[in-house]
Amino acid sequence: MSPDQIGFQTLLKKEVMRFWSVLGQTVTAPVITALLYLLVFAQAMQGRASVYPGVSYTEFLLPGLIMMTVIQNAFANTSSSLIQSKVMGNLVFLQMAPLGPWEWFGAYVTAALVRTTLVASAMLLVTIPFVQLPINAPLALLAMFLVSSASLAVLGLIAGIVSQKFDHIAAFTNFFITPLSFLSGVFYSVHALPAFWYQASHLNPFFYMIDGFRYGFFGQADVPLLQSLLWSLGFLLVASTVCMWMLKTGYKLKK
Amino acid sequence: MPSSPLPAVAIAGVRKSYGKLQALRGIDFSIRQGEFFGLLGPNGAGKSTLISIIAGLVAADAGSISVMGHDTVKDFRAARRKLGVVPQELVFDPFFKVRDMLRIQAGYYGCGKESWPWIDEMLERLDLADKANSPMRALSGGMKRRVLVAQALVHKPPVVILDEPTAGVDVELRRTLWAFMTDLHRKGTTVVLTTHYLEEAQELCERIAILDHGQVQVIETTQQLLARHPFRFLRLKLAAGSVLPESLRALVSGEPNGAVELKLETARHPIASVLETLRAAGVVIEDVHTRDPDLEDIFVELTGGDDA
Ligand SMILES: Nc1ncnc2c1ncn2[C@@H]1O[C@H](COP(=O)(O)OP(=O)(O)OP(=O)(O)O)[C@@H](O)[C@H]1O
Ligand SMILES: [Mg+2]
Repeated sequence: MSPDQIGFQTLLKKEVMRFWSVLGQTVTAPVITALLYLLVFAQAMQGRASVYPGVSYTEFLLPGLIMMTVIQNAFANTSSSLIQSKVMGNLVFLQMAPLGPWEWFGAYVTAALVRTTLVASAMLLVTIPFVQLPINAPLALLAMFLVSSASLAVLGLIAGIVSQKFDHIAAFTNFFITPLSFLSGVFYSVHALPAFWYQASHLNPFFYMIDGFRYGFFGQADVPLLQSLLWSLGFLLVASTVCMWMLKTGYKLKK
Repeated sequence: MPSSPLPAVAIAGVRKSYGKLQALRGIDFSIRQGEFFGLLGPNGAGKSTLISIIAGLVAADAGSISVMGHDTVKDFRAARRKLGVVPQELVFDPFFKVRDMLRIQAGYYGCGKESWPWIDEMLERLDLADKANSPMRALSGGMKRRVLVAQALVHKPPVVILDEPTAGVDVELRRTLWAFMTDLHRKGTTVVLTTHYLEEAQELCERIAILDHGQVQVIETTQQLLARHPFRFLRLKLAAGSVLPESLRALVSGEPNGAVELKLETARHPIASVLETLRAAGVVIEDVHTRDPDLEDIFVELTGGDDA
């Protein structure tokens, strides 16, 4: 293995160890939160007309909840790691190391993928007693999961680079990630919305991530799979371009 | 002229401003391979800024730097593999245990398991062996400082820069660090040391650059620097009632512990003639003591009396 590869692997391993050492916070907690949503909403919405033919509300809800949790955790993993290192000052050890922009990008994003894979699998597993989801389009499912996780991980990297303190990340999360992930059709089909909100939802990238992910399970969704996939890929591409530019130029990282 | 060997660090035309403040105003010098080099200067002189630029933490506005012939920007991977830097700030990652931390750091540099014995050796040498499995946050300041030193050396770089490694460190640890640095140097490592303890620099460094207000004021061997100002200090303890003659008043450089210290330029005021003046004036001297200038005196001379 080349020294650069060892460097990349080490950073990846470190990033995985970082969330692994606090699994309760980084995996268990979000799974429990999502489960509570599932129980409460499934109760409250019981008996309502199913969204898609043959799909109960609880079944409809679960993929959205999983994707919402994935979105939030992918973002949290990269952004919190970077901001912690910045605030503690130990980012200098990484900055002084012979690692290039691609190694940073690859390691941080991959570590976030490991975390979201854990979170999503855990959610699927613990809900088996309540909901048995069909898997109609496994490739679509996998593609939507990977592209969405990666997109949010990259967005988290950007937020971590731009931010100078925890408050900045919190603002990002509270005013951007959380509202957009809630208003993305997790709890309802956007077809049930008034015209304005229906249109507005179609500008929310998270809507496509959730809708495309849902397609992977049910083989049907609010918009065609290709549209969801292209939106998500476009989002990933734009975010990655911005992020790589920042890493290459040392934006906000090199004083 | 024979071609000079590759410098360990070559700094050319480096400038850096923070807004209006010019932290570095054109720095040009080289550090030779195998040298024990001192980078001195008062607070805010720009030492850490220069080190940060060498390390790739800060981008210079102009100029270039190479480490063992590798440009720190264009060829940053090769340059960084040759360099180890101990930062001035006591930074650490609270998540990891000491030994794990060092192994991770080695990994960043492409070093695998083969570097583990060296890591354990350093832990031993720096008196950290019993803390190898402690989390970083559980260490005292002095221990964290030693981990920082070990961290800079995990990849056995030929060039090591230490930014005030002995600041706020007790006497015993300071000696440990001195021994460690001296040993590195003896084994061929180029060592660059920043310190405000001038005795330390005088003792350890072969060559010294004094930085002030973002400029190199002087760069010379320690010997040259000490010989630069041919003066001596004459410390007199006068008997009660005796006063210094008017003609010698201008030479007083200090009054330590009730004595008076005169700064004598060897050429203009030979000690013998001063003593003769005192005798002629009937001054009774209880005690006499002379001393050579040390680095501190030279430093004060060159930096206009700013704090070291
Ligand atoms: N990130 C920064 N933003 C603004 N000004 C800075 C920054 N870093 C350093 N400076 C300024 O640049 C000048 C040089 O600072 P530097 O830290 O290089 O000094 P130094 O020689 O290392 O001092 P010390 O002995 O106190 O460590 C100082 O005036 C400092 O205030
Ligand atoms: Mg400094």
